[in-house]
Amino acid sequence: MKQKRIGLTGAHAAALAMKQINPDVVAAYPITPQTPIMERFAEYVANGKVDTELIRVESEHSAMSACIGSSAAGARTMTATSANGLALMTEIVYIAPSYRLPIVMNLVNRALSGPINIHCDHSDAMLVRDSGWVMLFSENAQEVYDNNFIALRTAEDSRVLLPVMINQDGFITSHSLETLEVGEDKEMHEFVGEYNPRYSLLDTDNPHTLGPLDLYDYYFEHKRQQAEAMMHADRVIREYMKQYSELVNRPIDVVEPYRLDDAEFVYVAMNSTAGTLRVVVDMLRDKGVRAGLLKIRLYRPFPWRDVKSLLGDKHKIVVLDRALSPGATGGALYQDVRSSLYGLSTPIVAGYVYGLGGREFTEEQGLRIYEELRDLDDNEPFQRFMGVRE
Amino acid sequence: MIEIIIHGRGGEGAKTAAFMLAEAAILEGLYAQAFPEYGPERSGAPVRAFVRISDKPIYTHSPITNPDIVVVINPTLIDRKENYDGLKDKGVVILNTDKPINLGFDEWILDATRISLDTLGRPITNIPMMGALIRATSIVKPESFEEVIKTHLAGKGEETVHKNIEAFKRSIQEVKHV
Repeated sequence: MKQKRIGLTGAHAAALAMKQINPDVVAAYPITPQTPIMERFAEYVANGKVDTELIRVESEHSAMSACIGSSAAGARTMTATSANGLALMTEIVYIAPSYRLPIVMNLVNRALSGPINIHCDHSDAMLVRDSGWVMLFSENAQEVYDNNFIALRTAEDSRVLLPVMINQDGFITSHSLETLEVGEDKEMHEFVGEYNPRYSLLDTDNPHTLGPLDLYDYYFEHKRQQAEAMMHADRVIREYMKQYSELVNRPIDVVEPYRLDDAEFVYVAMNSTAGTLRVVVDMLRDKGVRAGLLKIRLYRPFPWRDVKSLLGDKHKIVVLDRALSPGATGGALYQDVRSSLYGLSTPIVAGYVYGLGGREFTEEQGLRIYEELRDLDDNEPFQRFMGVRE
Repeated sequence: MIEIIIHGRGGEGAKTAAFMLAEAAILEGLYAQAFPEYGPERSGAPVRAFVRISDKPIYTHSPITNPDIVVVINPTLIDRKENYDGLKDKGVVILNTDKPINLGFDEWILDATRISLDTLGRPITNIPMMGALIRATSIVKPESFEEVIKTHLAGKGEETVHKNIEAFKRSIQEVKHV
């Protein structure tokens, strides 16, 4: 497929993907904490570049409610939000997967207040970790763009029918211009195809019930089905990643190993930090340290089999979390990685919390993590911090 | 990889200059990254914008601390010593001034304020200073940057595009190596 290399911010890459998808409905709350994703998408709507019905609502809670209504009616539906906007919509975020609605949402990861902060961390995503959305993370603007197409196909697949969230780092990705390859509108739209909803409330010939009271008689069975759909998503998203990967001729998978084969000291991270850690791995390799990286691109469903097979024989693993789980046995990603490796005798799995509230993560910090852990020989779930003054 | 920090005051277009330079590099088939300082919007306060340009994909997302090039687009900021912290030994400085300040770096000067007043009627020095940078370092071709000027300013009319290209070309001619 013909592609061109351009420069876009992560936010504008998301908006471009949304334009090429040309959803039927986008509902969004148009002021803070909204990002340039919706600003740019609204321009596409105003200039007639898409046929989307853009519904400007009075709050984020209403944004997700409108998305649920339109998706239940059988419309291809997308939205975007960030930080406390997601926090306000959280009640309804949980409703979408329980109705099995294939909504796709771009989330620009920024810190939840308080203290009041607008900068990057993953506390917003982790707030809805257990809401039942499929969650993809993006290292850069290219992955933001690509993840949108993969997300939509996965969400709408009748084996899945779950909403999908595409994460990108606030400011570091959303407001930075990067180099990426994009396809033509027509061909990218062909990849997602026309949407033929399996269920639609407007299909009066095939009526179905959506959203009734669901007490101890059936609630548990419906939640069990959500869990099952999430397991299917693990398989289905790999199919679409492979198909998309062939279309754009770039390797794409649920996790991405970097210099991992003979590595003894392995970093695990998500989003933009994975890019910085590639450089750290190269610096350590130049010094003779067998360092490697495993980037997690699909976070829910968590690809634990891949983590286990790729990291099971490693000597030391350090997991970097950009969100604090106070009082827990380490950050959320740390817990996932550590439990994926449970029962294997060799790896020491250490965890760091870093970069909260937009604190920068540098190569120097990545190197310091290695220095701090090189002689570590216990495997306690001790929460370490990088880049904080204390 | 070449790393650049542009110093200006909020609202003067340091970020726009950074984005335009990165886009010009991408037009030439290079890889580039550009980002502003992620602070609150502060009109008139000192702000920075960052650019990386490379012939290979750029993976890092850390801030730039050891630039190859420092550009100061506002003349009231050229005396701030901290602008040049971390600049590499053979680093280049490009300053909006008519008098050299002899910092011990490879110094280039341009009276960009005068050029922008002459051509645009307003002291918007970001595009002239990119002209000076491109003349001093050949980091991209002038034609590539002119293409980006055309696409960026297309919505503002032909006259604005023309005046900015004139300011850009004059800056390439008038920048002086100290």
